Order: sequence, then C-alpha cells, then structure tokens
Amino acid sequence: MQPVATTFFFYLLAGLAVLGGVLVITRRNAVHSALALILTLLSLAGLYLMLYAPFVAGVQIILYAGGIMVLFLFVIMLVSIEKSQKEEQFNKLWLVGLLAAIALGGLFIGVYVKGKALFPEAKVVLEEGNNTQGIADYLYGHYLFTFEIASLLLLVAIIGAVVMAKKRI
Amino acid sequence: MSITTFIIVSLIKTALALFVLLTAVAYSVWLERKVVGRMQNRWGPTRVGPFGLLQPAADGVKFLLKEDLTPPHVYKPLYIAAPIIAVVFALTSIAVIPIGNPVTIFGLTIPLQIAPDLNIALLIILGVTSLGVYGVALSGWSSNSKYSLLGGLRASAQMISYEIALGLSLVGVLIMSGSFSLNDIVAAQTGVFWGFIPKWNIFHGQFVAFFIYLMAAYAETNRIPFDLPEAETELVAGYHTEYSAMKFAMFFMAEYANMVTVGCLATLLFLGGWSGPVFGPPLLQALLPVFWFVAKVFVFMFIYIWVRGTLPRFRYDQLMAFGWKFLLPLSIANVVVTALIVVLQQ
Repeated sequence: MQPVATTFFFYLLAGLAVLGGVLVITRRNAVHSALALILTLLSLAGLYLMLYAPFVAGVQIILYAGGIMVLFLFVIMLVSIEKSQKEEQFNKLWLVGLLAAIALGGLFIGVYVKGKALFPEAKVVLEEGNNTQGIADYLYGHYLFTFEIASLLLLVAIIGAVVMAKKRI
Repeated sequence: MSITTFIIVSLIKTALALFVLLTAVAYSVWLERKVVGRMQNRWGPTRVGPFGLLQPAADGVKFLLKEDLTPPHVYKPLYIAAPIIAVVFALTSIAVIPIGNPVTIFGLTIPLQIAPDLNIALLIILGVTSLGVYGVALSGWSSNSKYSLLGGLRASAQMISYEIALGLSLVGVLIMSGSFSLNDIVAAQTGVFWGFIPKWNIFHGQFVAFFIYLMAAYAETNRIPFDLPEAETELVAGYHTEYSAMKFAMFFMAEYANMVTVGCLATLLFLGGWSGPVFGPPLLQALLPVFWFVAKVFVFMFIYIWVRGTLPRFRYDQLMAFGWKFLLPLSIANVVVTALIVVLQQ
C-alpha cells in the first residue's frame, strides 16, 4: 500500500519530539524529564519508520526507550524528589552553553536559508525489506574500522565504570 | 484490497484477537489455580460452575465491584497511568503474531495476524515488551511506598538484565532463517528429518537457545522462580502493593497476557509455529494449523505452571549472577557457534 498522509505524520512526530525535548529541560521533577525524553525517543523512532528504516526504528525503541531510559529512571527513582525540587537550580557553564546555542542556531538558520541545496540531490533509499541487511553490509564492510573504534570506546567506558564502582577488584 | 475493506477486516481481527487473548488470560489463571492445586494435593476452585469453570467470571465481577482505593500519599497521574501502560503494552504485541497461514474467505485472502507481515515483527515484540517495564517501574515510584519502590527497582533491573540474554537467544534462530518476519521463520521450519522428527528449530541445533529463552522469559514475565519484584515474604506484594480493584487486575492481566505472548513467540521461533499433520476435509485442513499452534502454546503455559508448582524463589544475588554470568555468556557462545556452522555449511 502507498503511504498515507506522510506530511501530517511528519509534522506530528517532529512536533512531539520537539515538545518532549523542551519538557526535558523545563520540568523541575526529574522523573517528568525522563518521561518527556522517552516521548522524544519514541517520536524519533516513528520518524525513522517514515524514512523506511524499520530496523533502526526497532533498535531505537529497544535500546534507547526500553533499555537506557529504564536505567535513567532506575537512578532517578532513588533520588529524593522533594529535596531536589527545593534546591536552587544553577549552571556554571552558562557561557559555554550560550556559545553552543548560538553556533547551533546559526547552523539551523543556515540550513533553512540555503534549503535543499545543501543536501545531495539523489535520495538513497534502501529497499524496505532489506534494511537490516543493508545496515549490516555498511557496518561490517564499509565502516568496519569506525565501528570497531566506537566499540573500543564503549569497552573503555565499561571498564572505567567497573573500576570506579568497585573498591577492590 | 481497498482501504475500506482493509480497515473493516483489521477491526474485526483486532476485536477477535483481543477477545481470544483476554479469555485465554482469564482461563490461564483458572488453569494455574487448578493445576497448582492438584500438585499440592488440593482441589483448586470447585464452587463456581462445573469444575470451577465460571471462577474467572466471578473474579472479574469481584474486581469490578471492589472499592477502588487511591491512597493519599501517591503521585496521582502516574499512579493511574502505570497499570494502563502495563496492560496496553502487554496486549499490543499480539498484533504481529501470526497464528496460521493466510486463509481465503469470500474471495478475500486474509492473513491470520492483525498487522501486515512486517520484516521487523520480532523487533516490534522485543521493543513493546521492553517498554512494558515502565508500567512496573512507574507504579513502584508513584506509589510512594518502600515496598512498591523496591519492587519496581528490582523489576526494572531484572528485566533489563534478562532482556539481553533473551534477545541474544533469538539471534541463533534469526541466523538460521535469515529474516525478522515471523511467517518466514515458521516457513523455514517445515519439513522433517529421517521421516519423523519435525524440522523445528528446537531439534535443529537451537536446543540451547530454547533453554536460554525459557529461563529469560520466566524472568521477563516475573514468574517463579524469578518473581523477586513481588516476593510476598519480603515486599508484601512488590510494585502493586498500593493497588486495588481494577487497577490491580490490570497488572494481573498484563502479567498473564505477557505469558501468552511469550508462549506464542516460543512456539513460532522454536516449536515450528502452526506446522503439524494436516488431513481431512477442507474445513478441517484450514482449522488444524490453528489447533496445532494453540496446542503448542498450551504446552508452554502448562510448563510455566508446572515450574511454579515445583521450584522455590531465587535469592536476588543468585538471580543477577545467573543472568549475567551464566545465561549471557552461554547465549553469546550459541550465537557464535550457530553462525560458524551456518557459514561452514554454505
């Protein structure tokens, strides 16, 4: 079947993603922020589906929404919410944050002004049924070296976490 | 098929699937009480209807008529949302499960599953089950009670730990069938060895994977011997301590619906789905595959109850050690060995 009302779904999902992102940084209650972040991640999964990348969408839900965010909640649930809500919110890195925001805003405006000229003309569309195989081919073929470097980075992070958490190994 | 027919057919299928699933859930509870009763030398429910067969109806009425308490110390929005989240995700995953080959009625070819045959059906089930954790975790947090919180924490840690082993145990099957589509996986399991042993994945080199899946599935659905999140002796009732009436029943429904889904998935991936001997007149030929499917799911449910009647509960450190130090390495080894054998055979 042909896709129906793609424009509507794109703006719905994009709007939800932005709404979730705004809620993450404006809520004082950390659990609410985590739930808003889950909303953003799920809307992104929807957008991946619209781009005919079902495997990426599935992995986004399983890993980010179903795995990492549960761990986030796990930690947040142990924090005393009443106490943390009364605490003054401060950010010593406001200057760096401002610079980063200006840079990112400039980038967005640039993309908006230049429009489609920035992107390659031909759209690469992987076959819907072969999305998984296509990703595997790229990951273990063309981008193998980068992939291995990324996994090495994760390994270092895991070892670091174990070393920091355990007093005696 | 035009879009109107598609919508009408989908609505009918959804209504039927929900009706069958919820009835199955109600009667799994009855079956569990009956079987565990006999294992413990009791009768189980006998008073309502013949063999206590109307007990689920009586229970349902009781759940509806009991007072729906909301304790004053809870965080209300999430306290109400948590059981809904749990039951919605538990019922959603049935949408991608096929129960037979497509049938043709009045010239329409109708696949026996709600969603179209997607190439990511398995990923959808895994994703939806992993989202189901939120029902448990949020109910634990929003109840504002120490027992609920501990139950919720245990549940989220346990589910994340065993999800990895569960996912990896499925990879072996995926390597052998080369597809995420459940229909293709079942199709890859048709045929027999030496004329009598069916070519199901459990007999086709994936026995260890089936064992890992079984263990991880018990942990995922919070069943004995892994029912730490609701360990009565320590946590009163765990994450649903503060819930009553229909809200409690929703957690109950979610647990049993998850058991049915896990049983369906085991049947599709390891036990050959709806394949089985088919014979007789056309109507019987159409119904027999569905019968075989349901029979296999029933066997799986019976093993669930059998284990519950037999084994004591793990300790929490044993649970974590078993998941991370035994099941996870075993499942990785299974993936490597399966991949090697498949490559060498090519």
